[in-house]
Amino acid sequence: MHRLAQHVATIVITVLLGGFLGATLVRFTPGFGVDEAELDARRSAASIESIRQANRVDENVFAFYVHYLARMARGDLGTSRTLDRPVAQLVGERFPETLKTVGLGLLLGWTLGFALAVPVAMLRSWMIDVTASTAAGLLLCIPAAVLALLFVLVRAPGRMVVALIIFPKVFRYARNLLVRSADLPHVLTARAKGLGNFRVFLWHILPNAGPQLLALAGISVSLAFAATIPVEVLCDIPGIGQLAWKAALGRDLYLLINLTMIVTVVTLIANSVADLARPQRSAA
Amino acid sequence: MKRARTGAIGFLLLVCLASGIAGLLAPSGYAHQFRDIPDAAPSRQHWLGTDDLGRDRFSRLLYGTRVSLLVAPAAALCSSLLAALIGGIAGFAGGWLQRLVMAATDLFLSLPWLFLLITVRALMPLNVAPLTSVVITFGLLGLLGWAAAARVICADARSLRNADFILLARASGVSGWRLLHRHLLPNLMPVVYAQFWLSIPVFILTEANLGILGLGVSEPLPSWGSLLRELESYSSITANPWQFAPLLLFIAVVSCFHLIVVDREIPA
Amino acid sequence: MKRKFFSSLLFVLLWLCSAAAQSPTQLRFCLHSEPKTFNPLLVEEDSSDTVRYLSGGVLVRLNRETQTLEPGLATAWKTSKDGRSITFTLRRGIKFSDGTPFSAEDVAYTVQQMMDPNLHSAVGDTFRSGEGKTETKILSPNKIAITFPAPVAGLDRLFDQVSMMSSKSPKREMAVLGPYYVAENKAGAYLILQRNPNYWKHDAAGRQLPYIDSVRLDIQQNRDLELLRLERGEIDLVNSIDAEYYEKLKSEKPVLAHDAGPSLDSEHIWFNQVPSAPVSDYKKAWFQSTNFRRAISESINREDLARIAFRGHARAAVGIVSPANQFWFNSKLQSHPFDQKSAMQRLQKDGFRLQDGVLHDSTGHEVEFSIITNAGNKYRERMATMIQQDLAGVGIKVNVVTLDFPSLIERITRTFNYEACLLGLVNTELDPASVMNVWVSSAENHQWNPSEKIPATAWEAEIDKLMRAQASTLDDHKRKQYFDRVQEVAWEQEPFIYLVTKNALSAVSPSVANAHPVVLRPQVFWNVDELKLTSEVAAKR
Repeated sequence: MHRLAQHVATIVITVLLGGFLGATLVRFTPGFGVDEAELDARRSAASIESIRQANRVDENVFAFYVHYLARMARGDLGTSRTLDRPVAQLVGERFPETLKTVGLGLLLGWTLGFALAVPVAMLRSWMIDVTASTAAGLLLCIPAAVLALLFVLVRAPGRMVVALIIFPKVFRYARNLLVRSADLPHVLTARAKGLGNFRVFLWHILPNAGPQLLALAGISVSLAFAATIPVEVLCDIPGIGQLAWKAALGRDLYLLINLTMIVTVVTLIANSVADLARPQRSAA
Repeated sequence: MKRARTGAIGFLLLVCLASGIAGLLAPSGYAHQFRDIPDAAPSRQHWLGTDDLGRDRFSRLLYGTRVSLLVAPAAALCSSLLAALIGGIAGFAGGWLQRLVMAATDLFLSLPWLFLLITVRALMPLNVAPLTSVVITFGLLGLLGWAAAARVICADARSLRNADFILLARASGVSGWRLLHRHLLPNLMPVVYAQFWLSIPVFILTEANLGILGLGVSEPLPSWGSLLRELESYSSITANPWQFAPLLLFIAVVSCFHLIVVDREIPA
Repeated sequence: MKRKFFSSLLFVLLWLCSAAAQSPTQLRFCLHSEPKTFNPLLVEEDSSDTVRYLSGGVLVRLNRETQTLEPGLATAWKTSKDGRSITFTLRRGIKFSDGTPFSAEDVAYTVQQMMDPNLHSAVGDTFRSGEGKTETKILSPNKIAITFPAPVAGLDRLFDQVSMMSSKSPKREMAVLGPYYVAENKAGAYLILQRNPNYWKHDAAGRQLPYIDSVRLDIQQNRDLELLRLERGEIDLVNSIDAEYYEKLKSEKPVLAHDAGPSLDSEHIWFNQVPSAPVSDYKKAWFQSTNFRRAISESINREDLARIAFRGHARAAVGIVSPANQFWFNSKLQSHPFDQKSAMQRLQKDGFRLQDGVLHDSTGHEVEFSIITNAGNKYRERMATMIQQDLAGVGIKVNVVTLDFPSLIERITRTFNYEACLLGLVNTELDPASVMNVWVSSAENHQWNPSEKIPATAWEAEIDKLMRAQASTLDDHKRKQYFDRVQEVAWEQEPFIYLVTKNALSAVSPSVANAHPVVLRPQVFWNVDELKLTSEVAAKR
């Protein structure tokens, strides 16, 4: 219970800090507060000045952030500059899409990565290892854009691309962890005593590699979220990733603060769950 | 198995050598535009044809390989070392320090670093040599790419700390530097290796993506990233097969890396 | 036997025809982002503009093919001698899509809204030529006089962009007078526009337009996906395609590809001449020298740019006005030739000299500058790279820097921290009034040196005078004389070095009848109310 409270407190503080740092980064990036409409030759000087005025954030970032948090507390997340719609509405519409993409991608990526890493560690098959490693290497080399385009060409669902981006990373880490665990003395002893492959894996290897695998699981959530940006942009899935890209190109401050906070929350929760799920003994 | 490894090493050496003496091997400069023959098919003069501006693809591939093979592994090394350092220290120390470092890592993972890259580009003067801007871009990638790996390494270090053989070593009076050097580091290496090999292709592709924001290699210098970017549009992906040469070379080189590593990681 | 066959064939044909007549027809194409607004006066970006064009009713319509004005909601109009006011006679018995009647009151309401300084309407800005209030006087339910505080050049044509809004309808801006109205809007996914049952226009046979029952606009950001969908027959048209894709279509499905010839859009490069810019003084001196700019211009091989960067679907640009602008183009002008010898002579006049293949200025500095352009635009990246090689031919070193758009805009409008910039101008209007804010030296969009207090050079002062003269003259031929001279001065001084004029490339499915793509926006569906879907396709849907 105490641990849970600690985790919650960490999450809250980190998220607030994340929002602030995100706002600072955006605020001081060149091109903040400029609008393509300023180049419209029809515009008169007065109207250009008014566009600039509307995009200006006069306060210093800290004061701005405190004011914004106060507004957030009242339930007002602000309005997106690039899309001209309330941030809450945009995020609400798009979040489920991204969850679907990420969920499916993680499920498939882990199934595939783990299904290949286990036989490598257990059977010590050089053939499987090289084949799977090469496949993983291959996927790492193909740009996400090309992958997405190929999927579109064969009319496969774009969400699968996330799985193919997650798979190689899961495979590489999981393989190395499991292989090393399989070489530990107590595993070798167990094997020497004639224990079957399955039992060795379940009783000796998995518990040993468990914590790191859980950490990997936590990390893969944030990797999957990062992967949604190229995938959603290229496959035209109306999710958070696509929104983030648009927001970044438009220096959309309110939207970006919220997105940074969302990503921070998701990352922290995933990692905290991974931490909490770990047996108490090792945390002691 | 040995033969595959020898083959892989041989291939890598060949690629390094070829890109190293690109100046001698390349039939023409990487920037020279043969304007009468843009988008030409492979021929005796142009082994891989020419690109959309009539530049010799083979020469560009050679020079691009040189740039990417030099810079990407350096950045990967930098980020892996950072990950090992941060993750390792947090893991071995444990307690509040670990919690703090890991919270910071999570925060680091979630921040929109893209804006930092854009800002750095803006701070650089406009008249910089293309090579300088590549080095800076990759340097930043190296500095920013450690967070995900640090988390796994931290978890790894934690479990190592509590592992029987470390307790045994401690009990027998091994401590400090010797413990770290002889027992902890060797056992952390596989995960660090994994991070290193993963990040090379990831960085090369990130550079290609940053090109869309104007943060990658600037014209006319080629890199694998800029060569791969050509494949990212529908009208070109279905076109001439020789355009895929950079992708094939890239895949071949990364696969060779993996082959060598696979061999080193499993003690026979 | 034979007879039976024919009768059954006839039956099938009849059935097909009746099916075609009954099943609703739908035209489909893509928008690249969600429309930001449905208020026709606030339209800025392409998507909203498309919706405005499909749904808005205008008093007068510029025929995109003949480039002449045609009656719309107004049957007649007259501009006053002083160019300040215009009187419209409105068509009688017209109703908005929701049934609200349309009258002069609505015109007055729309104009007042548009000219409200707090609305900051871009369309409104085109009418703003002087300080003061705009007056609207309703002469009768179908006659209205509008008086602006100062003369507005090309006044009647500007109304092509003003969609009338209802002053009374409870549906506000969603009540429209154009061929279609927005029936469904799934944010971020698609829009369905249904035919306006009250649309005023009828064809020669007396049938009410538009022919097609509805328009489906899918929001599709990715251009590649859009093209794939076109090939699969899921959409009917793509308004503008790139040169590579045009070539691919031409070889695979030539019926789809259309090249309407040079458009109004041009690409140009300019040097930073802002006196306060953070650029070294010796470089500023180069950029402010006419000889230097002319030399750069002559060192660039425009034919090659058009042939290679645009795959031949562009032509060497001449100047401010594209040859596609039939009336206003100064036909005496030619595009600058590629002549590096003459360029060297011009440079020598300014004291530049070539040493070991490197150009030095009179104070001994090596000539090197950077060109910024927006990243992700492959034509501009290609052109910049080609210019880099061209200028190496006269010993000049060019660095190409691609920046993301917001950073670029910040550099060219605020910090002025750049040396040269390669960018394009999108021209939607034909009249020179639309480029006032570029060519008058006090304007914000006078990009090489924005918002000058007094004209920095004699030639800029001359352009100012000519632009003001053409704006306050009513006689189009007189205006053309002034504007021809502006084109000549700009051609001689080259503050903007015009590179190429792009062709208008588009793709239309053969199932769309009556489509003839033109160079003016919206290239393919400018005559949307007259487009038809061939029966075969209609029956399938």
